[in-house]
Amino acid sequence: MADVAATPNRTLGGILTATRGNGRLHWTDVFTYVYLVLGVALMFGPVVWLVLSSFKTQAGLQEFPPTLLPLGQIEVQVEGYDQPLPLFEVTFDDGTVREMAQVRRIGIVSQMVDPDEPGETVQVPIDQREPVREMRIAWENYTKPLETFNFLTYLNNSVIVTAAATLITLLINSMAAYGLAIYEFKGRNAVMLFVIGTLMIPITIILVPTYLVVTQLGMVNTLWAVIIPGCATPTGVFLLRQYMLTIPRDLIEAARMDKASEWQIYWRIVLPLSLPAIAVLAIFSVMWRWNDFLWPLIVLNRSEVYTLQIGLNAFQGELNVQWHFVLAMTVVALIPVTIVFAFLQRFITTGIASSGMK
Amino acid sequence: MALNDVAQPETVTMTDRAKALAAWPIKLVATVLDVPFRFIQRIFGIGAMPYFFILPNMIFFGTFVVLPLFINFAFSVTGGTDLFLADRPYVGAEQYEYLAACANHLDPTTCREDRFWRGIYNTMVFVFFQVSLMVLFSLITALILNRDIRYRGFYRAAFFFPVLLSPVVVALIWKWILLRDGVLNAGLVGLGLDRILFFVDPQWSMFWAIFVSIWANMGFYTLILLAGLQAIPPDLYEAAEMDGTKPERVFWRITLPLLWPNMLVVIVLALIKSVQVFDEVFVLTGGGPGTATQFIVQYIYTTGFASQVQNFGLAAAASVVLGVVLFVLTLLQLAVVRNRDKA
Repeated sequence: MADVAATPNRTLGGILTATRGNGRLHWTDVFTYVYLVLGVALMFGPVVWLVLSSFKTQAGLQEFPPTLLPLGQIEVQVEGYDQPLPLFEVTFDDGTVREMAQVRRIGIVSQMVDPDEPGETVQVPIDQREPVREMRIAWENYTKPLETFNFLTYLNNSVIVTAAATLITLLINSMAAYGLAIYEFKGRNAVMLFVIGTLMIPITIILVPTYLVVTQLGMVNTLWAVIIPGCATPTGVFLLRQYMLTIPRDLIEAARMDKASEWQIYWRIVLPLSLPAIAVLAIFSVMWRWNDFLWPLIVLNRSEVYTLQIGLNAFQGELNVQWHFVLAMTVVALIPVTIVFAFLQRFITTGIASSGMK
Repeated sequence: MALNDVAQPETVTMTDRAKALAAWPIKLVATVLDVPFRFIQRIFGIGAMPYFFILPNMIFFGTFVVLPLFINFAFSVTGGTDLFLADRPYVGAEQYEYLAACANHLDPTTCREDRFWRGIYNTMVFVFFQVSLMVLFSLITALILNRDIRYRGFYRAAFFFPVLLSPVVVALIWKWILLRDGVLNAGLVGLGLDRILFFVDPQWSMFWAIFVSIWANMGFYTLILLAGLQAIPPDLYEAAEMDGTKPERVFWRITLPLLWPNMLVVIVLALIKSVQVFDEVFVLTGGGPGTATQFIVQYIYTTGFASQVQNFGLAAAASVVLGVVLFVLTLLQLAVVRNRDKA
């Protein structure tokens, strides 16, 4: 695998032409770069296409074949007409080309007027005109759903759920991890077994009974129904405990000598020392909660408590024809994870690789 | 862009901002909880403290994981449409018999609950292709990203990015691309081909369900394999190079055998996740056309929650079936992990 490492020339050209020493470009080098370029295009391309599309007007989205950039037809205000008229480039039979505005279209003939001489209308067959277009970014795709739909409510709910659930998760998981890591007590092994045993129980196989429990507790159609049930993640307890085991016991003994209470030892000494592990769990918790779908779909049935994901799904069902709104809202939904990714990617990827969580 | 040190988690340092961000809520809550815990310690003494630290977590666990696990069995042997167990009549194994009743088990149309069997077969097809293709491409990607290439960090980040996206966002992105007037059909028309109605043709729907799921999850498994590759001692490769060993042989004799424990973990993790497929495909195809991409979890969801008559008993019975499959896979995973740790 280390064949390229042997080449001293590290410029891009040097790497592209890296060989196995006999002067020929080995097929694996070509394959590597073709694969990487195609891979990046495939991974980012769809997201870029989504973002570009989200800035198109409704008319622009219905165009086939679609254009790459958000283009819109220029409209001009012509004297004597109340509405702005769409501008076209018209090629006349004698070969002259003029920019004209369309007044109305009847079948295959459109009535056009020169914006400079508004008095005179001309009949032009529609295949002789070509719309004049310019970059036009449809910000209203983003602003309108904020006014007309519950989008802000969904966003708000998602933020509340993510923040509250992450706080509770961190607190109770770190407390349990502290209890299991620092003390020798009767029943510790039983508790550990219990934690490991529940490590692999996915919500998908306990949907019905969990729904019953949540209903009995009166939490259906409240955000608590989404926040509470997933808080005690065995993965979190396990991860934090493994980390806390590495903390030197002398520190804790010294604190006890100084008459620190057990709670103070937990939050003044053990917690700060476990921050790297806690940060990993925090990032995961945020991702889990922000992206959660199946469980909220079951317990949230009223639109005022929808989270962003459920709202988006409902959007695309109801507003199938209004893709311009759906696309813009999808972009909003992917902004937070993209920001987290940009700032903390090194952290996330090492966290995943070392703990095997998702 | 720095994804270079996957194999050395200890070298990670946090930014001060992340530290502060993680610290303030902890401080806030801790200050509030300090008083009751001191009080408890004064009454019960240090020996009882671990129980109080574990208690909140155990209450949550018990209420939302362990208790439901038992109630699930109770549900699966009762009938009727009431949610509350007390109002549900005991029916014994009737739900399971109902699910199992088939004239010919290989043909879902002959089953009494044909959607359940359709779901099982669809899930099997999905799992088979999704897991094998995803592991294959994760391996190729990890091998390539492990080479000493320029901008390696950027490439790693690129392949990992979709893992972070929510299933709904993933599904909507691809739905937008695959629409009748979508950009992919524009490409086909540009090449002089006919448009394909991807979500009308059952085989295309299944193809895209598998494709999109691989697209969204591949980066995660690539990362695990990459960590495994970086743990292989470099002197093995140097020795092979000195002996003039062919790269193909190096791959089969050094890389693959040493990576095999990681490969097994990846395969089993991918299996466990794949059997539970729901979110992406549900938003992408809605299970359609017809029942072509309807999987087990969607069957449970529809039967228990999304149909006119909410058949909780049947949904719970199907959950138990799924649970048994997952339990077996989990045992497999534990065996694999134990073997790896021994080696």
